[in-house]
Amino acid sequence: MKTFKLGGVHPPENKLSQSAAIEVLPLPETVTIPLSQHLGVPANPVVKKGDSVKAGQLIAKGEAFISANIHSSVSGTVQKIDDVVDTSGYRKKAIVIKVEGDIWEDGIDLSKDLVKDISLSPQEIVSRVNEKGIVGMGGATFPSHVKLMVPQGKTADVLIINGVECEPYLTSDHRLMLEKAEEMLVGIQIQMKALNVDRAIIGVENNKPDAIDHLMKLIPEYPGISVEPLKVKYPQGGEKQLIKALVNREVPSGKLPIEVGCVVHNVGTSFAVYEAVQKNKPLVERVVTVTGKGVKEPSNFVARIGTPIANLIEAAGGIPENTGKVINGGPMMGKALSDINAPVTKGTSGILLFPQAETSRKPVHNCIRCGRCASICPMGLEPYLLAVLASHKRFDDCETEKVMDCIECGSCLYICPSGRPLLDQIRVGKNETGKMIRLRNR
Amino acid sequence: MNEITLISVISLGSLGTIAAIILYMVAQKFKVIEDPRIDIVADKLPGANCGGCGLAGCRALAEEIVKKESLEGMSCPPGGNEVMGEIAKVLGLEAKEQDPTIAVVRCSGSRENAPPKVKYEGDMTCAFAHNLFAGEGGCPKGCLSYGDCVASCDFDAMYMDHKTGLPVIKDNCVSCGACVKACPRSIIEIRKRGKKDRRIFVSCINVEKGGVARKNCQVACIGCGKCVKECKFDAITLENNLAYIDFNKCTLCRKCPPVCPTNAIHELNFPPRRQRPETKAEPAEA
Repeated sequence: MKTFKLGGVHPPENKLSQSAAIEVLPLPETVTIPLSQHLGVPANPVVKKGDSVKAGQLIAKGEAFISANIHSSVSGTVQKIDDVVDTSGYRKKAIVIKVEGDIWEDGIDLSKDLVKDISLSPQEIVSRVNEKGIVGMGGATFPSHVKLMVPQGKTADVLIINGVECEPYLTSDHRLMLEKAEEMLVGIQIQMKALNVDRAIIGVENNKPDAIDHLMKLIPEYPGISVEPLKVKYPQGGEKQLIKALVNREVPSGKLPIEVGCVVHNVGTSFAVYEAVQKNKPLVERVVTVTGKGVKEPSNFVARIGTPIANLIEAAGGIPENTGKVINGGPMMGKALSDINAPVTKGTSGILLFPQAETSRKPVHNCIRCGRCASICPMGLEPYLLAVLASHKRFDDCETEKVMDCIECGSCLYICPSGRPLLDQIRVGKNETGKMIRLRNR
Repeated sequence: MNEITLISVISLGSLGTIAAIILYMVAQKFKVIEDPRIDIVADKLPGANCGGCGLAGCRALAEEIVKKESLEGMSCPPGGNEVMGEIAKVLGLEAKEQDPTIAVVRCSGSRENAPPKVKYEGDMTCAFAHNLFAGEGGCPKGCLSYGDCVASCDFDAMYMDHKTGLPVIKDNCVSCGACVKACPRSIIEIRKRGKKDRRIFVSCINVEKGGVARKNCQVACIGCGKCVKECKFDAITLENNLAYIDFNKCTLCRKCPPVCPTNAIHELNFPPRRQRPETKAEPAEA
């Protein structure tokens, strides 16, 4: 069975919610829709206070090249456009909408019928994806239309679909592959048409045998698409790791996957592309896993963007007593929330409730030079060195040691027997080095 | 036996002489003529290499002074006017008296004023915490209290008050500016030391709306503008919901601190007020 070669760790999987079917979460009273839910420039609001909006209506326009449109996820009135604490822990501009009924914008097909024929041309598909505000649903939230446009002089020959879900606990992609497989496969075909490639590979880790079987049964109807079971290893869901595992190509340092003829999309993104292209439905809801060892009912919800995270936790049985941290995302790369009323955004794949005993960090000791961090780094970096360089503010040395290649997967922090905050320090180094490089290139 | 000694002495001696001649010639050829005044000026400087003058170190400042033959725009924060005066005397130049400066901490978000809402367990440096979240107290501009500034101080002029969680600047601060650079939130500012070390400043840099800022911190500047109206010298400006006192215009009249509804304006080293017993609690040392 295939996997990537360099490094990797095996955290306990704990997929508690993998048998919980996707439930639709009831509408909240108000939704808070942040204007910056994607990588790149925040969108500009096109509604004002007091406007009444329908679900699916454009409320903020992404005007830069790397930006994304934002649509209202509910119908109601705009209460205010103000700074609200979002999942980043900082106050950012957001549109607050009071929910009144559930009226959708005209032209959106809400039926569950599968539409297989792709009538749009490749250019139309890209502009539709752009228009409907689709971003990468794996967590990095990179605007998808940018990925679907192959730059001049480059060619894509294979589309890679990321169904790995290597983060422990999370099951939103797993459930999507089981319950919305056909829609997702049509979505993949749409992306293949846009990119003009005739081959697509869905990578799925073999801890999801039911999803693999289900997809295997369906793929004969969809020419060009294949399913590849992968050996379980974290961080296989990383773009570069997945390309290495599936087609054995190495993306050069500082370059994008298109350099080696690959385009990588998440299964959630493929489903969103299907809905945007075939059903004219913008990205206004997503599947979110709510799980944790103390949670009464670990579940997978379809939540509208902007729903307070507290609502999801409530629907899963409330916060268990000894909870130490509420994490937005997976246990490896997710970030603890400072406010559980922060809204669900396009990149929220899971909410984790960790008991106090499991969240506290190990006491920090001196580095014992065991080299484990270097041996498990999936990018072949030397985390101990980068951390020291960053904490001594030697950012030009960080650059020569390729700190910008770090994918912040957290494997080094996970493996370190001395409990050193390696990733924390490397992140500072990455930030500062990035700033330095941007200043130099200006 | 004698012969061997003689031969070796002669051969080694002549080798040495030849080498000495070559070395002397090379030294003459590649001689760098350095202005002797640089050494004299460098001797006068404190030698702390703090970088407060904006140059790489004391020697660099000495070179710069001698090269430019003027003291215009040069200053040595640790040495102050005394050292600059001495240098001026040696070089026959004129040194402008500069007002002594000191670093001030423009945040009073202590644990009492801005109670922590979340617990932070990551790397205990401000640089990382600043990238991660708004801070335990919730103020996105406030002091994170992990002490990057204290670690950067070469003069032992700062310490962390563990009760309040705020850095304290001692009187031996030489205003080199290392802490200003170290603070990711730009809380620390270099200000005029003031007559008899008396200073008045707004101890807040939060630009959020009044209500939002106040929710996180009791002593935040809420941008009400009362102090601006009170000031007769146009020293206070209000921008982005934040008042700022220009230390070049401020006459230390002490009219503004009592009108501040949140006690965000601090006055330091003044004698206690007599006529106004209702004046609020003594501001924290900064």
